[in-house]
Amino acid sequence: MHSHDDTNPAEHDDNVYDALATADDDGRWAFGTGFDAGTAEIDAPAPEGVDRDDLAAYCLMLADDALIASQRLAGWTAKAPELEEDVALANIALDLLGQARVLLSRAGHLGAAEPFRAGPWDAQRSGAGRLRQDDEDVLTYFRDDRAFRNVTLVETDLGDFGRTIAWILLLSSWRLALMQRLTASRDPVIAAVAGKAVKELTYHRDYAAQWTLRLGDGTELSHARMQAGLDAVWPFVEELFLPHDVERRLADVGVAVDPAELRAEVDAVLEQVLPVATLTRPERPAVGLVGGQRHRRSWGGRDGVHTESLGTVLAVMQSLARAHPEATW
Amino acid sequence: MTVTEQELEAQFERTVASEGRVEPRDWMPEGYRKTLIRQIAQHAHSEIIGMQPEGNWILRAPSLRRKAILLAKVQDEAGHGLYLYSATETLGVDRGELTEKLIDAKQKYSSIFNYPTLTFADIGVIGWLVDGAAIVNQVPLCRSSYGPYARAMVRICKEESFHQRQGYELLMTLMAGTDAQRAMVQDAVDRWWWPSLMMFGPADGDSPNTQQSMAWRIKRHTNDELRQRYVDMTVPQAQALGVTLPDPALRWNAERQAHDFGDIDWDEFMQVVKGAGPCNAQRLHNRRAAHEGGQWVRDAAAAYAAKHAGREAMSA
Repeated sequence: MHSHDDTNPAEHDDNVYDALATADDDGRWAFGTGFDAGTAEIDAPAPEGVDRDDLAAYCLMLADDALIASQRLAGWTAKAPELEEDVALANIALDLLGQARVLLSRAGHLGAAEPFRAGPWDAQRSGAGRLRQDDEDVLTYFRDDRAFRNVTLVETDLGDFGRTIAWILLLSSWRLALMQRLTASRDPVIAAVAGKAVKELTYHRDYAAQWTLRLGDGTELSHARMQAGLDAVWPFVEELFLPHDVERRLADVGVAVDPAELRAEVDAVLEQVLPVATLTRPERPAVGLVGGQRHRRSWGGRDGVHTESLGTVLAVMQSLARAHPEATW
Repeated sequence: MTVTEQELEAQFERTVASEGRVEPRDWMPEGYRKTLIRQIAQHAHSEIIGMQPEGNWILRAPSLRRKAILLAKVQDEAGHGLYLYSATETLGVDRGELTEKLIDAKQKYSSIFNYPTLTFADIGVIGWLVDGAAIVNQVPLCRSSYGPYARAMVRICKEESFHQRQGYELLMTLMAGTDAQRAMVQDAVDRWWWPSLMMFGPADGDSPNTQQSMAWRIKRHTNDELRQRYVDMTVPQAQALGVTLPDPALRWNAERQAHDFGDIDWDEFMQVVKGAGPCNAQRLHNRRAAHEGGQWVRDAAAAYAAKHAGREAMSA
């Protein structure tokens, strides 16, 4: 783009537009919206002694938490209480989407996308001349709910701004504690994602903590709504600290973190923020289990057993891609 | 008018005529100030209302790359709204006041956003045609006589040109895709082409404000000049893309060295401006719902800030 300091009017003005029809393959103009793997090498082999399927499943867990959370937050677009909040919520959604994309690609590299390429659409999709869909898109658009491994907190309805802030506070405090530890993961991609995510999540947590203070210690109405928001998300918090077998096995080989370890750190954040915000730590039981699940060693989102909300989230997210399964976009 | 005021006005006229910049603390005629407020507010409102038709597809974007691009674009629009409202603050009006005027339908926004986004191809076509028309309109404003507006426009135009290229790239991809995708693009072009021509405003003979705005160097070109430029730029791009612009009268005129094109349906334009477009009510309703629904949050922030300031004062 030319400089606008030139004050000679008329003819030259204004031509950002000319170059459009000419080919441009440097891709720089899409800066900031492309795929940012940081220093991660998506196609690095699984570290020695690490089960490939376990690693793929773990990448999906970390990816799905971010993907579904991002989708939920994007629902705030053009609806926030103030323009600054519209910008901030979109920012958080974009950060999480970026984390999800790298982790989905890693899972795909480890074979996680293959079963979903072989759907009823497979024949059309692999037709001659068609680009092969990226792993991240196969995993996002052509998996059914039971194959999503996110914790259920991220799929819940965000409700009003108070509940949204409570949700971001809990999610970002937990994920920050997790990602801080994962910077030392033996998987190079997870470690690289974690390194970037720590900076992002520190901002998300700070944003949520600031608003928790303002709403909690603002007006009578905002206090009530912030407390109600916290109460509403609370039953989904317990699941954040329940280890899945995959997490346990990978924690033993230095790839993953046992989420039970994260509880103290999340509690410390809440102990710091809630009293200053004049809010009460909720005394509410965790959500009950789906029928017949109690005898199992693990359950819930990590095993693909979700709340009613996820089906609707996926129906919206996947509708267009599934209507044109043979297409790339 | 006092002698001093005459001197100030003469000074202002000299600044403007010599392509100088008028800054917030400089004296300016009341009409100049009002025209700027009207124009900048309308632009800010357009950015904010424009988030809705595009936001309509964020949750359904059919690839994660497209989702990231669209989310970032809509976020940029909120950012543009913020800079522009800040520019109006230098003229003595605040964002809250202007937002009230928007939701009470006392100020306008670009009528283009009163049309619906019916398919994902609309996202590409909005980038190509709507952002393209906006760029043709806005790039000259980077040299507007009012400093804060000109500077805001420099930044905005850079981002708009990103958006436009992203839109065009999406359309290129769809045109290289399936028959259904190609049909989707043509359908979107058919629906957006004429409204995009209307974005330049009424024909010069029917645009009462243009001459004064040009004399003040707020605007640099007439509506019809800009519209012609837009058509001439867009035709070869449509050819490169492989779509047909829905105007049988559109053809190259060698004599004029410009494209002739058909008559714009100004009745439709006036109807949409007056509020009877397909989405006027919905866009304003949503904006009002967000604004009023957020009142308790803004109240809380203000109450918290007041308490906090009070506590600091007490402990000081």
